[in-house]
Amino acid sequence: MSVQIQSLTRHAPNASRKMLDDVSLSIEDGAFVALVGPSGAGKTTLLRTIAGLDGPYEGTVLVDGRTLAGRPMRERRIGFVFQNYALFRHMTVARNIAFGLDVLPRRERPDRGAIAGRVAELLELIQLPMLGDAYPDQLSGGQRQRVALARALATKPGLLLLDEPFGALDPIVRRQIRRWLRGLHDQLGLTTVLVTHDHDEALEVADRLVVMQNGRIVQEAPAEMLDTAPATPFVMEFLGEALEFSGRIVDGWFLPDDSNVLSFHVGGGVDDGLVTALLRPYETRLVAGEGRGRAIPLAGGSGGLRRLKVELGTREVEILLVTDQVGLFGRDHVALDIGRARLFRDDRALQHISLRPPEPGHGKQRHNGTVTDSV
Amino acid sequence: MVFCLRRRDGLPGLSISIAFTLVWIGLIVVLPLTALVLRPWQDGGAVMLRVLHDGRMYAALRVSFSCAALAALIDVPLGLLLAWALVRARLPGRRAVDALIDLPFALPTAVTGITLATLYGPTGWIGALLARAGIRVAYTPAGIVVALMFVGLPFIVRAVEPVLRGLPPELEEAGLLLGASPWQNFRRVILPPLLPPLVAGFSLAFARCIGEYGSVIFIAGNQPFHSEIAPLLIVVRLQEFDYEGATAIALILLLSALICMTGVAALRRRVSRGLVARGAA
Repeated sequence: MSVQIQSLTRHAPNASRKMLDDVSLSIEDGAFVALVGPSGAGKTTLLRTIAGLDGPYEGTVLVDGRTLAGRPMRERRIGFVFQNYALFRHMTVARNIAFGLDVLPRRERPDRGAIAGRVAELLELIQLPMLGDAYPDQLSGGQRQRVALARALATKPGLLLLDEPFGALDPIVRRQIRRWLRGLHDQLGLTTVLVTHDHDEALEVADRLVVMQNGRIVQEAPAEMLDTAPATPFVMEFLGEALEFSGRIVDGWFLPDDSNVLSFHVGGGVDDGLVTALLRPYETRLVAGEGRGRAIPLAGGSGGLRRLKVELGTREVEILLVTDQVGLFGRDHVALDIGRARLFRDDRALQHISLRPPEPGHGKQRHNGTVTDSV
Repeated sequence: MVFCLRRRDGLPGLSISIAFTLVWIGLIVVLPLTALVLRPWQDGGAVMLRVLHDGRMYAALRVSFSCAALAALIDVPLGLLLAWALVRARLPGRRAVDALIDLPFALPTAVTGITLATLYGPTGWIGALLARAGIRVAYTPAGIVVALMFVGLPFIVRAVEPVLRGLPPELEEAGLLLGASPWQNFRRVILPPLLPPLVAGFSLAFARCIGEYGSVIFIAGNQPFHSEIAPLLIVVRLQEFDYEGATAIALILLLSALICMTGVAALRRRVSRGLVARGAA
């Protein structure tokens, strides 16, 4: 099922603050979309509005080209999984899962056997075939999560909405369920919208990420695009640790304000002026024998990366370097190569620069008018 | 068995607390009850036999238990409604109502009785209206039920209110999203978790109503075999200096109440399935 949202605005009750501010979003049939952003960004509000849960709003929300208002819930074919699962504690797992079928009017309700069959099928799907007679309080967090999902799937929805579904789970279970959920999405041909504040989770499971901030959509892009071409410094920083360098563009070159940072060519078409360069700590490189920076290895590091403190003169930054390269540098006389940085001006990305692929041959740098080879 | 409790516990001085509690319970509950159990047999079983053949006592017990059960039963939906309004509706004056609900606890029961008798009496504000419709409340068993309803209502409200407040709103939303109609949502999603506190509230109200004396005697009319309650009969026997007879009735009242409360407790366990952690139920 597809979802089209056009200029959706919602006000907080008894306040002028906008919970959603002119949000437009299009989710095509079969997509797996993650809504990400810090808490209070409006992710859950947007999800609840799609589900038709909350009160009045301005703008239009179309599901499969039709507005939801006035249509009975069971015709909407929307499955919703709450952050706290909202399982019915007084019912067994089987009755919880069967709830959506049990409440159908008699004419449409499958007979007892068919409902039991559907429940068994779903218990199998969530890999808890033996737990039909258990009560929710007897289950672990991960099991409850899956039961909530099975309950939402029982009526065969086309659109699955998940509100922070992995929030309360430990990292290992999280990873398992995440992968399992993605498989389920593909297997059942669902359209899925997931709310999370965990960008890693979103990057792993979703096709497309919608980054929200202060009730607005800041950027909407496929997972891999988001990191290479973030629309704003906020997106860049939200997706992970980022180093910030301010500087100027002069004649197609980025000239950093910091000493001991190498300038780099950004190509034509960029107006001269102030810009901010952002990049990941692991995207930097150290150049030996240039400048007067000092690199000091720090304790810690993971995934084959070692953390280093680089003193640039007026300030210091922490970078990540492949562990076996750490020994290659003397502690003194290094410069920092930030050639893979994304450039921003006035809180917006200079897009065409950011789209430039990180080619391996951009080691040629101009520094103080001379061309040198970096490591 | 008490001494098996030597687990590592969060509360300091657990064993001392338990010992103190047991002594306390022994002094103020077990001792008087033992006296009550023993007193009727002091002069042999004859008194008990005499009391057991007293039709007036059976009539009084019937009035007491049926009126108490009826009043507590009527209080259940009323209390649920009140608790619902307190928790869900953002009405002006909500706090005032909240305070008023506990009033029957604080009011001397005689004051309640006289007030109700005046209101529902043939010339009272409500009584006059009802009389025009041909309904008599005061000085009939209906009057007893009215008085007991007044006394029992706070128990239901106060038992249900915290549970209702603690129900996550997502439960209702989940029900609606799964296609339940508002009625189905109430019946299948909201009501079951409220049943244990409702039954608990019912049992408290019922127990209180069985023993209620002061508020009832002013409105009941107190005709033997018709509108005389068991506690009043005990007082009557005491005034006749028939102490054995009084304690015998008291003992029978106690045993009947015990049987009823056991039944209610069983009901509460039944409706608590899944809602209370296993082992604690």
